[in-house]
Order: sequence, then structure tokens, then C-alpha cells
Amino acid sequence: MPKSARIFVAVAALLMSAGFALPLWRVDLIAPQYPEGLGMLIRVNTVEGVKEQDLNSINNLNHYIGMKRIEPDAIPELKYMTAVLGALIGTALLVAAIGNRKVLYGWCVAFSGVLLAGLYDYWKWGYEYGHDLDTVNAIIKIPDMTYQPPLIGSKQLLNFTATSWPASGGWALVIATALVAVAVWQSVRRTPVSPGRVA
Amino acid sequence: MIVPKFRTLAGAGVIASAALLAFACAKRPSSGGLISADAAKAVYVAPGSYDEFYAFMSGGFNGQVSVYGLPSGRRLKTIPVFSQYPENGYGYSEETKPMLNTSYGFIPWDDSHHPALSQTNGEDDGRWLFINANNTPRIARIDLTRFETDEILEIPNAGGNHGSPYMTSNSEYVVSATRFSVPVPNTDMPIADYKKGFKGQISFIRADQPGKMRVDFQMLMPGFDYDLARAGKGKSEGWFFFSMYNTEQANSLLEVNASQNDKDFIAAVNWKTLEACVKAGKAKSTPASYVHNYVDEFTRQAHSETITSVPQFAAKDCPGSVYFLPTPKSPHGADVDPTGEYIAAGGKLASVVPVHSFTKLQKAIADKAFEGEIEGIPVLKYEATLAGEVKNPGLGPLHTEFDGKGYAYTSFFISSEVVKWKLGTWEVVDRVPTYYSVGHLTIPGGGTMKPNGKYLIAMNKITKDRYLPTGPELTQSAQLYDISGDKMKLLLDFPTEGEPHYAQAIEAKKIKDKQVKFYKLADSKAAHISRSEKETGLSRDGKKVHVRMTAIRSHFSPDNIEGIQVGDTVLFHVTNLEQDWDVPHGFAVMGAQNGELLILPGETRTLQWVPRKAGIYPMYCTDFCSALHQEMQGYVRVSAPGSGVALSGITSRGPQAAAKAEAGPKQKQ
Repeated sequence: MPKSARIFVAVAALLMSAGFALPLWRVDLIAPQYPEGLGMLIRVNTVEGVKEQDLNSINNLNHYIGMKRIEPDAIPELKYMTAVLGALIGTALLVAAIGNRKVLYGWCVAFSGVLLAGLYDYWKWGYEYGHDLDTVNAIIKIPDMTYQPPLIGSKQLLNFTATSWPASGGWALVIATALVAVAVWQSVRRTPVSPGRVA
Repeated sequence: MIVPKFRTLAGAGVIASAALLAFACAKRPSSGGLISADAAKAVYVAPGSYDEFYAFMSGGFNGQVSVYGLPSGRRLKTIPVFSQYPENGYGYSEETKPMLNTSYGFIPWDDSHHPALSQTNGEDDGRWLFINANNTPRIARIDLTRFETDEILEIPNAGGNHGSPYMTSNSEYVVSATRFSVPVPNTDMPIADYKKGFKGQISFIRADQPGKMRVDFQMLMPGFDYDLARAGKGKSEGWFFFSMYNTEQANSLLEVNASQNDKDFIAAVNWKTLEACVKAGKAKSTPASYVHNYVDEFTRQAHSETITSVPQFAAKDCPGSVYFLPTPKSPHGADVDPTGEYIAAGGKLASVVPVHSFTKLQKAIADKAFEGEIEGIPVLKYEATLAGEVKNPGLGPLHTEFDGKGYAYTSFFISSEVVKWKLGTWEVVDRVPTYYSVGHLTIPGGGTMKPNGKYLIAMNKITKDRYLPTGPELTQSAQLYDISGDKMKLLLDFPTEGEPHYAQAIEAKKIKDKQVKFYKLADSKAAHISRSEKETGLSRDGKKVHVRMTAIRSHFSPDNIEGIQVGDTVLFHVTNLEQDWDVPHGFAVMGAQNGELLILPGETRTLQWVPRKAGIYPMYCTDFCSALHQEMQGYVRVSAPGSGVALSGITSRGPQAAAKAEAGPKQKQ
């Protein structure tokens, strides 16, 4: 594992630690009555409003369509995601310290698995909120209409345009992932050639 | 009397004495009457865009303050102050009723005249607006983060709080100068004993501590009529100037009997000296009875407390504090220019606008250039303080403001015009007609050390033919002029609510970003709050029934109430659970003799209701809150006295048991 790859993995670990403090994902909702927008930030350990009362306002609006209230306490993943992220960072630093490319490849597979699982889990929560509607008490009932926000991109949900996108912490993870990819690519590319030469 | 000089332009009505007409025409070039083609552009604020200034205009005899945007003249809000306001329940809800309490009991109306913005370093700072109640003397403080009246202080020993509030450069004081002299303390005596027994009074009210307005000291003055005032600033910092009329001390037919003297006075009052006298113990705590009303920040409940004494002394007991400046003739305005050097007087019946010099005033005091003394107050010689006179300015000068560029603008009621003149040379440089009979005028910051000389608002007393007629009572109106150039340009007429007596205007940026958007439920300490639907409930205390309810889009909880009996007094304590901007809910119940509630997000408001007959009473939300606003409704069942119907409140989610013997706090006022 070339020195530069070790540095990249270490830097990736540092970048990932931004995920403790910064929001990972952001959902913005804009409607004629909400020109200033309502928004949610998904953090490693909670979901909160962009503005202090946004989550409360979103929940109050969602009662019209029979969506469950979004309660961070009811989402178990938020309780152990901090530990998962900590483990990723710790193991990444170990990988950089050990400097063995096979360890790197192994770790990279696990890292990718965790990221994909995280994205899937996030999508699944969105799916459940968007589909599991209280059809008895919902005030607005439109046949076949569901309210799943997009994972990435924009979607019109009744009067709201919902836009979902990585937030600052999420972008840090994206860059960290790219750095890990570069480290892997360098390790793969440099293995057959003399380690003394730097391209 | 109205002088129709611009008849062909304005198509004005016609009554005038030939002499006045000749005088006015001779003096006036015909400028400003034509509307320039780009006036519309100058006042056009595109949909969704904001005005550059807020204007706070008193409503005169509607007792309120109206808020307008400038330059568009669009009305944004009415802030209820001294009058009940059915639109939002002010003065009707249990939380707001105490605001209108006085030593005479609950008073639903007053006459509001002169708004005054708070200042820091001689500049409007946009924290608070103060305004006077003329009829039952009071001063109110309006908080400009909420556009809501927060505090009202009654002024003891006053009769018509006209010379008020007016503000010192750092919001230390607002003042109250009595229009009517009255016996102090007020007692039964023959009116003919006016000269013997009636006293004038000027009070200094501590203004810079929200919720704690108080009369710091009250100075007894000769029994004249005190009219308007303005604080010194810059050079004249520490002084206050008060105009007065009726130095003849007439008590009947004042229009004749108080117009005899060639000169009345402006009182120059050194409030720093007065403070020193108070500190030296010269003010006596004198028995009085007046109220102080204030809103508790956390409960949003208004309280009314009675104060039983006032620190008081006679002007003569504090030597060097008050001087009389002879001023022709029944002066209205006593207006200090931005440097603090000049005091312009608007002698209603004077043929000149006299301007006093603060520097000369200081010298005249040092030289003892006195021509006499009234009740121990030295009267200075007119010439000794006079800086100059604006000659042949117009008819009926009332009030002057300044643009900060060396010019003054005086309103002329009788000749119905605004006249621009130059400080120092006293020459008239421009004049424009008003439609009709302007009283006060306002320039943003025009009474402070930092005027914004862009616009001038003329507040007119007569509108006659300017708008579509509306029966015998016509709209009230203000006019907006561009004063940024050499010539004043009329831009806009706009109708106002009530009489636009006087106004304050301020750059919007000093206020607009400080707005409270809603009240946090978590911070509320309202006695009868329900922070969630689970906390709602009913309780009976003898003949009194407390109903704690919530409102959220789009239902009340509870929305079916039973167990009320004829003879009960029901108190609906409604909490708006919304925590978002611009989602108020309303509450009304059939047959309520007490108006409705408008409940802002996070607020708890209480409506008292005394049903007179058994039956079913609908209740509903009155503020169009949501798509299902119309569904936001419910019923109250009222049964005969002694009926066995249990007290209960339900929502569709299931019955709620009546909370029994709740030891809830008693209704506070």
C-alpha cells in the first residue's frame, strides 16, 4: 500500500468524523404557503428541523395525509449509527496505520457495505413513511398517491416540492469515499511496479 | 378657514376671505401642485417587494396606531392601544382587559395623538413606540418586535395628556404636559376659581425600562394650557421645550379669551437640573391614585396595579430649571433642529415663524435678561433668545420638522401648505399645497439628530373632494412628498384609518428583521395553558367553569362540551398549539357578549362567556387557518340550572373525563 494511499485513507477517516457534527442529508419542502421552505436535517443520531420548529410543522402538515409523526426516538438506527460511524473511522485509521493493501481491500468491502446499507435503510424509512398511511383518519386521500420523498433529487408531493440531497456531513462522506476509492486504485495500480517511483 | 388657492388644479371648494386669498396668492409661486409623470413610479412597490420605511400613524380619535409602508402608503396593520379592538380581542379577552383599566375603571376608548419612537444617541432605534392618550391621560409603550401594546401608564394630576410623549435622545424619559390645567389634587371647586386653584403639570416618565414605566417626577406649573414639546439634543441635550397657550388663564370661550396676549410662552426646562433637585430630595411624595398596566412576558397576561403617590414639586422650588421664552402667538410646535441649536415655534395665530437660539438662551440666562417672573419662573426677553423670524411664511403655522440638510419644513393649517425654509437665513425656499389643512407633518427621523430627508408626510384634517365620497363622513388622508431635491414634489395621497394626527417613520431595516414569529409553547407560563391535547380539560369551581382547550389545524380539543348550566360563567382558555409563523386561530361562540379571541401561535387566550338560555351553542374558528378551517367547529351544550348533565368535553378520539377538583391557579388580572 503506497504511502499516498495510507494518507488518503487517514484523511478519509478525518473527513468521516465530520459526520458526527454535520448533518448527513437534507430534505427541503417548498409550497406556495411556505415560500421560506420547511426542511429536515438527518444527522447521525437524530432528525431535526432546519429551523427550530420545522419538524413539528412538517409533522402537523403530515396529519392531513395520514403520515405517521416523524419521531427521532422511534428510529432505532439513530441510536447506534454514531457507534457504526466511530467504528468505520477507527478501522480506517487502523488500515492506514497497518498499511497492508489486502487489509485495505477487505476494509473497503466492509465500508462500501455499510454505506449501501445506510442508504438502503434511509430509503426504506422514506418508503415506509410515504406508504404506511392512516387511511381511516387521513383527511386528504388520493387513490394510489404515496408520499415517499426522493433519495436524491426533487419530487412534487401535492402542494410541496420535496428536494432531497446530501448535506455538508454527507458530502464529507462522499469525498471520503472518493479518497478511499483513490487509495484502492493507487494500491491496485502500484502493486506490480516499483514502489520507489511516484507518478 | 380654508383658502382655495389651487382651485383650478384641485377643483377645491370655495370659501375664503378676500384678504386671506390676496395674501396667500401674493406670497406663493405655483409649485408642487402638479403631479410629475414619474410620481407613480416613485411610490410603486412591486408585488412581493417591501416598502423602504415603516410609518406609524396615530389614529387620532380611534385611539390606536396604524402601520403603513412608505412610499406605497399601503396599510399593514392596526395596533390596538387605547381602544378595544374586536378584530383581535384586545380589551375583550381576559388577558388584555387589564390594559384598559384606569383609576376611573375600565375605559374602552381614547384619543391617541403623538407617536414617539425610542432613541439611542439621538437616533430612532426601532425598539419601542410610545403614544399618548389625550382624554384619560395615559402613555402607552408598544413593542416593535411584536407590534403590540405592552404597557400603559396613567398620568396623575393631568387633564388631557396632549404635550406627550416626546422622547429624550437616549430614551431616558418621555414626558406628559397637561393640556387642561385642573385642581391638584383634583377636587370640587367653582370653575370660576380657575386662576386661584387650577394648576398645570409636566411629568417626566422613565421610559427605558420595559414593564417599569413610572412617573419619575412631576413639576407643578402655572395654570396654562400646555400643548406640544420636543427634547433638546446635541447642544441642547439635557433640556426640554414645551409650548403653551392660554397664558390668559381663561376658562371659557378659549377661542377668543385665550387669543388675547400677543405672546404666550415656550418653557425651556432643564431636566438634568430637575433630576438633581429630585436627588436632593426636593420632590415630595404626594398622594395620588393612578394605574400602571403591563403585560407579563411569559404568561402574556396583562396586570393592572394602582400606584398611590407621585414625586412632585413646584417649578419654583428647583431654581434654574425652568424659563419662559415669550413666543407669538398660542404656539403649537416647539421643534428642535437636528443640531439642538434652534427651537422653531408654530404660533397658530402668528404672522411669522419665530426661531429661538439655544446659544442665545444660555447667554440670556447668564445675563439675567429677564422681563419678569411668573410664579417664580423667570420670563426672558423675546429679543434675547430670538435667532430669527421666518417672514410671511403662510397662515396658521403648526409644526416643523427638519431634513438634516439645513432646511426646515413647517405645516400651515389655514393656508393649507407645507413651507420649506432655510435655517440661519430664515428665507422661504419652497412651498407646496396640501389637500387640505395639514396639521402635523413627519419626516423619517425629522425630530431627531439624524433625519432621513427623503420623504415628508403631510397629515391632513380635511379631504373634501380628494376621494370618492362616502356620505357625510369622508375618509381621512395623508399625503407623501418627495423632499430629496430642491423642490418638494407631491407623490401620493393615501387614505388613513382614523385621524392621522401625527406619525413617526423609520427605515424598515431597523425593525423588520427583529420580528417575533410565534410564542414558544415551552416558554409559556400562562396560567391556563394546555401544552398538548392531553393537557386539556374542564373543571368547575362553583358557578365558574374553566375549559382548557387547544386549537391546531383544523380542530379544537375538546370540541363537544357538556355540563354547562344557565347561570354559569364559562372561561374558555384556548391555547394555539401551532409553532409556526402566520397560523393564528380564532375562537367564537354563539351569543358571546364579549367578542372573539384571536390566538397567536403558542399563545393562550381566555374568553368569558355567560350563556343566558339552555340549548346547543355552536363554536368555531374565526381566522381562516387551513384548508379545513370550515370544519374547525364544535358544540357547547347548556342545560338548565341544577340539571344532572355531567361536565365533560370530548373530541372524536374518545371521551375525556372531567378533571375533578382541579387546584388550578385562579384567574389572575
